[in-house]
Amino acid sequence: MTLILAAAPALPLHAAGKYVAGAYIVFVAIILVYVAIMATRLARNERDIAELMRDLKARDQAGAGSAATREREPVG
Amino acid sequence: MTTYGRGLRGLALATVATITAALALVFFYAPLDADQGFIQKIFYIHVPLAIVSLCGFVLGALLAIGHLRTGDRRWDMRSYVAIHMALIFSIGGLITGSIWAKASWGHWWVWNEPTLVSYLIVVLMFATYQPLRFSIEDPERQARYASVFAIVAGAFVPLNFIAVRLAQGFVHPRVLTLAGGHLPGSMRVTFLVSLAGVALLFATLWKYEMTAKNARMQTRALRRMLLGEDAVRPIGRSAAPL
Repeated sequence: MTLILAAAPALPLHAAGKYVAGAYIVFVAIILVYVAIMATRLARNERDIAELMRDLKARDQAGAGSAATREREPVG
Repeated sequence: MTTYGRGLRGLALATVATITAALALVFFYAPLDADQGFIQKIFYIHVPLAIVSLCGFVLGALLAIGHLRTGDRRWDMRSYVAIHMALIFSIGGLITGSIWAKASWGHWWVWNEPTLVSYLIVVLMFATYQPLRFSIEDPERQARYASVFAIVAGAFVPLNFIAVRLAQGFVHPRVLTLAGGHLPGSMRVTFLVSLAGVALLFATLWKYEMTAKNARMQTRALRRMLLGEDAVRPIGRSAAPL
């Protein structure tokens, strides 16, 4: 082990910097990709809730319309 | 009704603060390693990712035990998300480890190093978790089989760790041992803060994904309650718990 490390001395800063930067960029990139995927799912959920609200409003309007028609109809 | 979003903001802030502190310590406080020099800075991200991912797999197994014991599908969801997160973290651990190996050994991967290969075996084993789930259509059976798989594979993680520790390593550094390790004080503090940061990140993302999945399920349940079963679009076959 010691021999191997002695045979492979530490890289100088200008050579090691790109590897260290690469490792930390990979870490940040993975988190960003994950957050982006989750953001699209969140947007989809938001769309579903908006659609549900539209459907409910349409149902309420249709219900109010039919109630008004029933009220106008003559009784007996 | 379970609300996973409670405390998420505080947890996220704690994660950001800890990771910022860890980065500051890595680049402005921890000394350069005498043997490896600047390249050793990768250690502060690679090792926490690997440790947290392995703990995540074990957590997935423990949560799966909760599912088999209670039959409550929420435990299956928790186990699924823990394994999903652990897989993402393990990919980070593999890539950062490969970058370190290339800089230090001159190779992206070394097949005769037990630590690397055993870790890859664990990752590949858990990579089959989602295809296994996807292959089973019945949600009840899918959850049960997935829990059994998670427990067996999770039990393999500590066994694998012990086996590797007992084996003679080739060139992979041993910085953490039961005897206290070989890290000087400043490096140890930096490492522990980095480990805490990555562990908090895991907890935050787990909670974030659980919140998102829970919100989606509640939206579907609301649609079913208000507009009837026909108004809910069928999900189709899915690897994720329904």
